[in-house]
Amino acid sequence: MATPRLLEIRQGVLSKNDRLAAELRNRFTAAGIFVVNLLSSPGAGKTRLLEETMRRMRQRNLRVAALVGDLATDNDAQRLARSGAPVRQIQTGDLCHLEAHLIERYLEGWNLNDFDVLFIENVGNLVCPTGYDLGEAARAVLLSVTEGEDKPLKYPGAFVSADCVVVTKVDLAEAVEFDTRTAEANITSVHPGVPILYTSARTGAGLDDWIAWLDARRRAMSAVAEVSSPGYAQD
Amino acid sequence: MGSCALQLLPRMHELSIAHSLVEIAEEAAAKAGVTRVTAVHLRLGVLSGVVRDALLFGFDVAAAGTRLEGARLEIEDVPLQAYCAQCNAVVTLPNPQRFRCPRCDEPCGRIVTGQEIELTALEYEESAPEATAS
Repeated sequence: MATPRLLEIRQGVLSKNDRLAAELRNRFTAAGIFVVNLLSSPGAGKTRLLEETMRRMRQRNLRVAALVGDLATDNDAQRLARSGAPVRQIQTGDLCHLEAHLIERYLEGWNLNDFDVLFIENVGNLVCPTGYDLGEAARAVLLSVTEGEDKPLKYPGAFVSADCVVVTKVDLAEAVEFDTRTAEANITSVHPGVPILYTSARTGAGLDDWIAWLDARRRAMSAVAEVSSPGYAQD
Repeated sequence: MGSCALQLLPRMHELSIAHSLVEIAEEAAAKAGVTRVTAVHLRLGVLSGVVRDALLFGFDVAAAGTRLEGARLEIEDVPLQAYCAQCNAVVTLPNPQRFRCPRCDEPCGRIVTGQEIELTALEYEESAPEATAS
């Protein structure tokens, strides 16, 4: 009779994605491009927030670009392209999240040195994108007031992975009886100490704070890049 | 192809995870000269975002036609553990909705375990290329 044998492996199932993401991160850092991955449920206002963010950044002469993931259509890319920034749509078809190899493929033909900031709008989904590193320097998770205060408790994985939580559509907070204190308690319960920003892309409320947060992270990233590569030319 | 199994899962990332799992396991098995895998051992963190049943289902789909076809997927759940600075200890959090130390109730957000999706081992049957007398 055949004897059962054991072959030890100990390897992360997403290790290929992780490796590719690490390569991307090195490329981004070398090119001095700050990459932000945006996660939320469908309809939380990622595209609207990005439209306004990119418009304001471009007014400050920052060179911004975006990759937009969706199961189907290029509607979001068309909306974002109106800002004048380079935008590419990643149609994932059956895939409910973006993976590092998609980012690599869709960056082809772009010179990363031409950009200061790259936004990656993930597929609207608070579960599947969570474990996939895209090489980003920062991850923002959005929560719209219309979704209710308990989203962070239902999807702790996404909120745990956030570098910052952006509450969106605050202009509608009163109409939907959004309880800010409860929402904040829930976010903090799953991720103690995470920065929370309250925004409305429609009224402009809180956008300065959000952009200031991005700026601070971007500066921190370039400071680290300069320290770790002393020969790096200043520009 | 075009089985209903594939149509049931198209928008769940468990199928992607299952494909990655099978790919890694296939490579490891091939390297070790294993032709038929009978079981796959996986550690799954409670905060991995992976739904166990969906993964089991996705695994069967992904394993079809490979040296893992028909293999059992043995899943070991990994609890959520975080570092509590107050207690200077790694503590187990019973509830992923509440990142507070069960001992001192201070917030603790530094995760130690609970996010892993790790292939730990493969079981296979020795095909015994050299027959040994017994």
